[in-house]
Amino acid sequence: MATSTSTAGSDIAAPGIAAADAAGEARFAELLATESRVEPTDWMPAAYRKTLVRQISQHAHSEIIGMQPEGNWITRAPSLKRKAILMAKVQDEAGHGLYLYSAAQTLGIDRETMFDQLLTGKAKYSSIFNYVTPTWADMGSIGWLVDGAAICNQVPLCRASYGPYGRAMVRICKEESFHQRQGFEILLELMRGTPGQREMAQESVNRWYAPALMMFGPPDDDSPNSAQSMAWNIKRFSNDDLRQRFVDMLVPQAEVLGVTLPDPDIRWNEERGHYDFGDLDWDEFHEVLAGRGQANAVRVANRRAAHDEGAWVREAARAYADARATETEGRIAS
Amino acid sequence: MSHSKHVVSTAITAETIAESHLVAPEAVALYALGLGDDALILAQRLGEWIAHAPELEEDVALGNIGLDQLGHARSFLTYAGTAWNKSEDDLAYFRTESEFRNRHIFEQPNGDFAVTIARQFFVSLYFDRLYRALKESTDPTLAAIAAKATKEVDYHLDHSVQWLLRLGLGTTVSHEKMQRAVDAIWPFVGELFSPEAALRDLDDGVGVRPELLRESFEEDARRRILDAGLKVPTAPFARGGGRDGIHTEVFGHLLAEMQVLARAHPGATW
Repeated sequence: MATSTSTAGSDIAAPGIAAADAAGEARFAELLATESRVEPTDWMPAAYRKTLVRQISQHAHSEIIGMQPEGNWITRAPSLKRKAILMAKVQDEAGHGLYLYSAAQTLGIDRETMFDQLLTGKAKYSSIFNYVTPTWADMGSIGWLVDGAAICNQVPLCRASYGPYGRAMVRICKEESFHQRQGFEILLELMRGTPGQREMAQESVNRWYAPALMMFGPPDDDSPNSAQSMAWNIKRFSNDDLRQRFVDMLVPQAEVLGVTLPDPDIRWNEERGHYDFGDLDWDEFHEVLAGRGQANAVRVANRRAAHDEGAWVREAARAYADARATETEGRIAS
Repeated sequence: MSHSKHVVSTAITAETIAESHLVAPEAVALYALGLGDDALILAQRLGEWIAHAPELEEDVALGNIGLDQLGHARSFLTYAGTAWNKSEDDLAYFRTESEFRNRHIFEQPNGDFAVTIARQFFVSLYFDRLYRALKESTDPTLAAIAAKATKEVDYHLDHSVQWLLRLGLGTTVSHEKMQRAVDAIWPFVGELFSPEAALRDLDDGVGVRPELLRESFEEDARRRILDAGLKVPTAPFARGGGRDGIHTEVFGHLLAEMQVLARAHPGATW
């Protein structure tokens, strides 16, 4: 793919290329300085491209793996309306994965390679999806807490400097905020329901709260890639700033729901104008990241099974398309 | 009866039916119940695919088709329920196996992708013929549900026909799997055209007698199977019995899974 040649630019000493790079570099710096979008055909530093491929594909993988914990409840959803909403939501996630893989493809990587990186563990996805969904209330918690955290993370990405990524995020964020509201409604309905339903909701929030806060990544002084991403206008706010914003949003919503957030240290801090909250268990975060979460192995194995079992279908589709193309060429030639 | 006086728009949904205070006459309700169960059970099967499809585009497509079917089911069941003061959820979650009226093809397991495509091809072709006719129903609610469904089923049929061609003509492996799948689903096709008992007590023009759809269905089905390089099966049709509440062995398992949570919390709303 033509766009991938510039990643090798720094290894090639040809003077013509160096001159073109210098002009491209100046233009790139200007785009960042003026808060403009970098487009696929623009020159960009190899490291910027690499960072974007890593981040966008990781995001795409998260959408695809994230279909599993919710897919777990489609066949058991307790009302037909909830079943329809959940099916639509999981389907949206497949759609998000598709836009994001397409955005990453504009940087010169193909979907097969990205799938391969996911299946071999070379590429990561959000650790949150290595947690399990044993109860229906988890459909509420995922919407309210996980999608809520995702929105805090993703709204600033709508302004990401790379055009295809920023534009994909605009569309994704619209759907995510809809999902968050649906999750909130699931929990609200449970909290207004029977004692058994209320217990189900609280137990689920207890499990998801801390992992959702960890979705913003490690504390700022322990986040190696953040500074460069902020300089490139990919990342706009620090992990800790986003986490604070999220907690500030959650506390009043938890009051409306009537659920207790499982952190005794949450209290309003007049001086800071924010809620204080307790320390998170970063050992758990690193454990899950290292592959020792509840469902790491299962999530990837399921993805691999779907991919492998579908191989004959994709081959058939390719063979059929090739045969049709040959047939058409034959007709044109004769 | 107020059912024939209301004009229901083509944007009909389960919610608009529930809010309209229509009451379906008993025989119409029984007819709608059968159609609703067919769509519901198919949607339940399609829902099992999500996150397991051969490619992401198919996760989206099968999800779409399942959602459309679920929408049809919700409309038919909501309408049927008005006769007995029952909600769509009462009907979906609190009936036993023998109270379900779906025909057997809809409850058949997904199998591999080819089996799902074979099932989807036959039922989409059947729905296409059924809803085109039902959209002229003298019952405005049935007509409105069918009018909306016709447009959606058009896409479902196209989707499965395209896959029938790709798999039938793709590779040796896909050809064999597609033939086996068509053969496996074929015995359940006949039941789609067995008479609807509920229509015996109704005027002509309310429902669609499935017997009348058979010729056009068979002609189209044969042509499309042959176009995909496949053989039209010659195996006999199975006896069926879904409309009488008799189901195949797989159905109890499907229902147990679908109903488990709702039944664990009777009286709860979600």
